[in-house]
Formats: sequence, C-alpha cells, structure tokens
Amino acid sequence: MGRKLLLEHINEPGIQTFEVYRKKGGYSSVEKALKTMKPDDVTEEVKKSGLRGRGGAGFPAGMKWSFIDKKSEKPRYLVCNADESEPGTFKDRYLMEKIPHILIEGMITSSYALGAKTSYIYIRGEYMYIVRILEKAIEEAYANGFLGKNILGTDYSLDLYVHPGAGAYICGEETALLESLEGKRGNPRLKPPFPAIAGLYACPTVVNNVETIAAVVPIINMGGDEYSKIGVGKSTGTKLISASGHINKPGVYEIELGLPVEEFIFSEEYCGGIWKDRRMKAVVAGGSSVPILPANLILTTAKGEPRLMTYESLADGGFATGTMLGSGGFIVLDETASIVENLYTFARFYHHESCGQCSPCREGTGWMEKILHRLQNGHGKKEDIDILVDVAKKIEGNTICPLGDAAAWPVASAVRHFRKEFEEAALVHAHKELVA
Amino acid sequence: MIEFSKEAKAKADQIIGRYPQGKQKSAMLPLLHLAQSEFDGWLSPEVMDYVASLMAVKPIEVYEVATFYSMFNTKPVGKCLLEVCQTSSCWLRGSNEIVDHIRRKLNIEVGETSADGMFTLKTVECLGSCGTAPMLQCGADFHENLTVEKVDALIDELKNKKERSSYLKSLVLNS
Repeated sequence: MGRKLLLEHINEPGIQTFEVYRKKGGYSSVEKALKTMKPDDVTEEVKKSGLRGRGGAGFPAGMKWSFIDKKSEKPRYLVCNADESEPGTFKDRYLMEKIPHILIEGMITSSYALGAKTSYIYIRGEYMYIVRILEKAIEEAYANGFLGKNILGTDYSLDLYVHPGAGAYICGEETALLESLEGKRGNPRLKPPFPAIAGLYACPTVVNNVETIAAVVPIINMGGDEYSKIGVGKSTGTKLISASGHINKPGVYEIELGLPVEEFIFSEEYCGGIWKDRRMKAVVAGGSSVPILPANLILTTAKGEPRLMTYESLADGGFATGTMLGSGGFIVLDETASIVENLYTFARFYHHESCGQCSPCREGTGWMEKILHRLQNGHGKKEDIDILVDVAKKIEGNTICPLGDAAAWPVASAVRHFRKEFEEAALVHAHKELVA
Repeated sequence: MIEFSKEAKAKADQIIGRYPQGKQKSAMLPLLHLAQSEFDGWLSPEVMDYVASLMAVKPIEVYEVATFYSMFNTKPVGKCLLEVCQTSSCWLRGSNEIVDHIRRKLNIEVGETSADGMFTLKTVECLGSCGTAPMLQCGADFHENLTVEKVDALIDELKNKKERSSYLKSLVLNS
C-alpha cells in the first residue's frame, strides 16, 4: 500500500467541508508558510521537492516559479489550470469534487510564494457542478480568515475566484488559457515571452495544474527534502493516475512514482486486471497525446527491464519503444479493441479541438480524421497508411502550441506498433474492389 | 429589448467585479453562460449584443468568442441537450450503442431536435468521465456508467419534468 499524500482523507465523511478538512490538519501549510517562511523559502521547498508539473508536461514546478519577473512592478497572478480535457484524464475532477479545500489551500500557499494578490482557478466549463463546490470552499476559506485581507493576521492578502471555461481542449494550453481568461478565443500565444514574464493582462503569471498546486500542501507540511525521498530518481512524490478502459476497476489512484506498471494494471489494489478475463492488447499511458504501446512494451522496456510508473521509465526507448507519463491518463485496451477505430476517436478529437490558428494542425488533423474514417469503414487503401504517417510528420513540430504534436504522436505510434491492423483495414477495401 | 432579470443582472455585476478595472472583458465566458441559461439555452445575436453592452465591448468580440467554444449554442436547442461523450474510453465501453439507442428512441439524428422540442442529441468529445464510461451530460448533470436501461429511465424522467436543463441550474446563480 503506497503513501497517500493527496487522497489520504478522501473517504472521510464531510471532508468537503472546511470544518472536517481543518480537523484533519487542513490549512496547516498556509499557517506554516505565512507565519514562519518567506515567500522565497516556499519556492525553495518546492524546488527541493523535485515536484514536476502534473498536467502533462512534467516541467519542474519550483523552477517555473523562479522564472517569475520579480523586477516587474505589475501585479502577479497565479492561475490554476483546471481545464482538464485530455482524453483519459479525470483526476483533477475527482480531487476538486471530493476534497476541494486541498486545492484552495494549495492556491493560498502558492500565491503567497509568488506574491500574487489575486488568483484564479480556470475550470473547464463542463465541470460546472464543481464550480459551485469550489465556490463554497472559497466562501468557507474567506469566512475563516484564510482568504481576503490580512490572512491569519499577517500582512498578506489574497482574493481567489473561479472562472469557468466553455468547452475547448486547447484552453488547457497555458497561453490559450490566459487568452480565454482575458475573454478571447483560446488561441495559444507565441512563446517567448513566457507567462512568467508576460502572462495574464501582460503581467507576470504562473499557470499550474490542479494536482501540482495541491501537491504544494504536503510539500510544505513535510518539507521538500522529505517529499523528494518518495518516488524514484527525478520522479519524486506521488501521482494521481486516472485509469479507464477495459479494466476491472476504473478510477483515480494515487501511486508513489516508481510503482511497476504491471502491479498497477493487475493488482487488486489498483486496476484489478483486464475485464472479462480477456488479454491486454495495448495501453495509452498518459492521456491521448502520448504514444500508444502494445502490451509487451508497456510492461517491460525494449531492454527487458520492468517498466515503472515514472517519467523516465515510461519514456525509456524514446518514441520507438517508449511513451510518456503525461497527465497520467491510463487507458487500457483489451484484445478485442480495434486500434484503428480507437485512433479514429483520437483523430476526431484533435480535429474538433484544433483552434485553427496554424495551418498544419487545422488542415492536418482534419485529413488524419478523414483517412482514419475511411480506413475504419472499409473504404481505405493501403497507401493511406503512409499518407497518414506523412501527414502526422508534417504536423509535428510545425505549430505554435503542442496540440499538433499531441495529434501526431498517437498516429505515428499506432502505425508503428500495429501496422498490420491498418493493413487489414485497407484489405477490406481491396477485397471489395475485387468482388466488384 | 433583451435584459437580464434583476437576479441575473446582480450576478453579472458581481462576475464583472472579479476582474481588474478595465479588464471587464474577462467576464465574457461567465456572462455568456449566464445569458445562455437566462435566454432559452442559446445565444441569439440580440443576446450577444446585450452581453457586449454589459462589458462595453464591440458585439463582434462576443460573436467571435461565442462561435469558438463548444458549450455555446448559436442556434436554438431542445429543452434538454443530451451530450454523449464518444472519445476513446467511452467508445471502448459502448458509447456508440448509447448514441444509436437515443437516435432510435427519440427518432432523431445527431444534431437534431425531437419533434416535441424536448431533446437535442449532440455527440461531444471527452468530458472527463472516463472512469465511469460511457456517459452523457445534460445541463450540469453527469450521467455515468450508462446502460440502455439507464438512458430510458433518464429520458422518461426528463420528459416528465418538462424543464429546460441548464449548465448553471441553480449552481452559480444561487451562490
């Protein structure tokens, strides 16, 4: 049984309320930070912890904080990225719904570190019922002196607001999120300048994922060094994994980074194995954007070492034989699943969600969807497979934001590992022509 | 002349107050949600013009936003918008069957509204309910671990209620 730092009290009755959350030690990181630490000390602890962004990119959070333009006289902002939209990912929703105060606490402690006086939680619009849960938690935090003017009698003041999005995956990209928060279309900005220099309203801004901000709470409570002892190498701490697809026990699991993938999939503590006593065919380990791997390569690396749930182990072998931890959206496909059709659902998703700003992504995602639609409906030709891969290659690296890459990687990996299935899909068309 | 109710106007003012002086355009998405909820579940040009006036921005600035985000309806929809997720995890657990069942049951295609004006069927991309797939959203409510029987029961329940579903549905307006 691994340590639980975020979900420890998840089953405690009433944990959604300030009263119960506080009884369980809630808001102690705020007390510790505001009363005994300077803002830079908080950042230092986050740096020491080795915490990496939990939204998908895995960038060191403390380092991101340290980029904030301290010379600027403009206001600073912390914006929480709760625009969880990556297919296969639902951990933030679970955390916000079940234990909202851990996010509010993390927001206060992190805002203090950054010197932000106003902070926003940008939540995907479809999670509207969680808006009310978060607003209630914020109201309670204000009422108990943890938000507003002179928090806990110190000279630090903070206002925190929830801002709903309206249905756009692209707004999970930090600069698109900021555009959206400014009341515009969610079109990503060119970087540099990075948000730490010119973010919300062109002011220094940090954008962090829900889980990243929640993780600040145990880091400050236990100290960065102690937190960094959990996990393996540069993958420190715990990680929320959203498990779905053809498994017996779908759900959100908090794991210590370093857990063997095999144990995660097959043990009763986690996914409980493949449903209906079937065999595992493939896994998408980190949300729809990461390369898909066949069963043998998700369990062991190409070198034959057991694959671990860490940023490094999942990436072992590069894109040839590895994948990424990404957002921790773990989708399992059994032996009956069609790789072509699964990929089609992804391609349709990216085409639908492309903001349309860059031609390679706007046009290419549409072409990939069309080709895959042809293939899975028995109207495709063998040459479509190479055209598909070629289109993916021409999108990758040629767009302002990573959505283009995210659309391309699943395609390239699916064809690489399951080419035979694509050829069989194309054969249906060839057979039809013969019969005709 | 279109106008918010007194309660909605107070809420709109409160929302605008969340953003710095001169940055009231930030209220765009929350105000459009509020407007859609107030005015029959969709954003007509008149409604968008009204929202623009609240933020002192040009109408085109509202049009370009309203047409970008998938939750905003720029055409009328049925009282209950049934949004069925069809991305990978939901597809793996049978979302196609759910969509087909609704099509047959309501005698409509995806994107259409039933003859009684009660239901519009829409397929959507991942709603973050992958662990409880397949699912559909109606207003603010997530209906998860769907089966054909659950869908039937839900449709009957909504028919009897005869209410317009809303993403806000007393969640934000009453705060």
